[in-house]
Amino acid sequence: MSESMAYYESDGTGASSMDETWAMKFCMQSCNQYFCEVADSFMSDEFNLTGLSQLVPRYKEALELILDLEHENSVPIPEIPLINQSGELLYGLIHARYIITRQGLLAMLQKYKSNDFGTCPRVLCEDTGLLPIGRSDLPGYETVRLYCPCCRDIYMPTSERFLAVDGAFFGSSFAGMFLDIMPGIEKRASQIRKQQFQLKMFGFNISPLAKFGPRMRWLRQTPESEDFQKSDGGGIDPSVL
Amino acid sequence: MEERSWIQEFLSIPGNELFCEVDVEFIIDRFNLTGINTSPERMQDIIDVVTGYGNEFDSYGDPDMVDDPTEIMARHFYGMVHARFILSTRGIQKMLAKYLNGEFGKCPRALCRGQAVVPIGLHDIPHVSFVKLYCPKCEDIYHPFPLRQSSIDGAYFGTTAPAMMFQAYQKYIPRHSSEQFVLKVFGFKIHEHAELARWQQKKRAELEQERSGH
Repeated sequence: MSESMAYYESDGTGASSMDETWAMKFCMQSCNQYFCEVADSFMSDEFNLTGLSQLVPRYKEALELILDLEHENSVPIPEIPLINQSGELLYGLIHARYIITRQGLLAMLQKYKSNDFGTCPRVLCEDTGLLPIGRSDLPGYETVRLYCPCCRDIYMPTSERFLAVDGAFFGSSFAGMFLDIMPGIEKRASQIRKQQFQLKMFGFNISPLAKFGPRMRWLRQTPESEDFQKSDGGGIDPSVL
Repeated sequence: MEERSWIQEFLSIPGNELFCEVDVEFIIDRFNLTGINTSPERMQDIIDVVTGYGNEFDSYGDPDMVDDPTEIMARHFYGMVHARFILSTRGIQKMLAKYLNGEFGKCPRALCRGQAVVPIGLHDIPHVSFVKLYCPKCEDIYHPFPLRQSSIDGAYFGTTAPAMMFQAYQKYIPRHSSEQFVLKVFGFKIHEHAELARWQQKKRAELEQERSGH
């Protein structure tokens, strides 16, 4: 991992500049745009870290690193990259737990409002904000995906720099928890969700019985679905585009 | 003759990767241009610029000329002809080749697993909406990702082209999957979400039954 190189100077002594914590630096990297800063008090509470020591190699040193503590025993230089990697893994796993707490949800709300997670690439979702999600809660299975509350589907991050971020660092439950505290999102989405796209040929619908006819309408259908774009020039308001 | 024609120069502009090369013979045939009234009195000039016939002044590729009205009209004209060309047999083949090479990009939907997409317009009238991408696997439309592509007029691709292409080459329609993402919290499905997913799966089963009946 090339980004771990950046931590060389702050490592070993833990004497990085006082105003910039490891977590802050981590979140500032462009590939870590989806992460919020985990509160120090949360990370230093042993109770919140239950079970993580089995998942993270060199757990103790990694924890010291991300808490900006002095290492008890000096770390041999060849092991520094390994500990940096462990530190990122540990931070990610703590992050997944943190963002489903009240404090963490509020921190993510700030990021959601500033559009850090991007908007849905689907045209008919009308730029609904996305939420990071992992389909697995265990690290190493799948990279991060983005959940759209409107079409209730998951998307790949558009930028390649997110394709190495583990989905477990966000967890499968965060999106559901977040939507629970933000009922406004679902309210807006339930209106937009009614629209559905239909492929047309010279303005005519294609029969579902045709060999090349629509087969996936069910995917975006709701009991109150209606056709988007009934005639040419309708549907989307040109001023919006 | 110049080394690169106007069309090749046009296609090499970043953002114009979605266009295919329209055959010059197609542009010259006035029958194909019926109804493209970008500017009737300058039509011949524009055709000359685009096809490179009788075009002494080599204006193309000069950034200062972007504001040149002839250049702007030529680009618009090319787009409108392109929308017609990709409905012709030659055009479908060219667009199909680009689709099979994945030159239009991938579907962003995670469960489509990188399915290649094709450009589509939401309207056939110019200046109404921008180009979108149609995924034949989930049969939905998405915003193009590189932002330079997102400001191309959708009418340059038209609403019909993807349907024409997949009608002509049905073997290239990807296999549809019944896979669906359902949100969970702590491993449990949320009732309302699960209910909608079940309803959608029921609709899918109904469609399948109807199709097998015929």
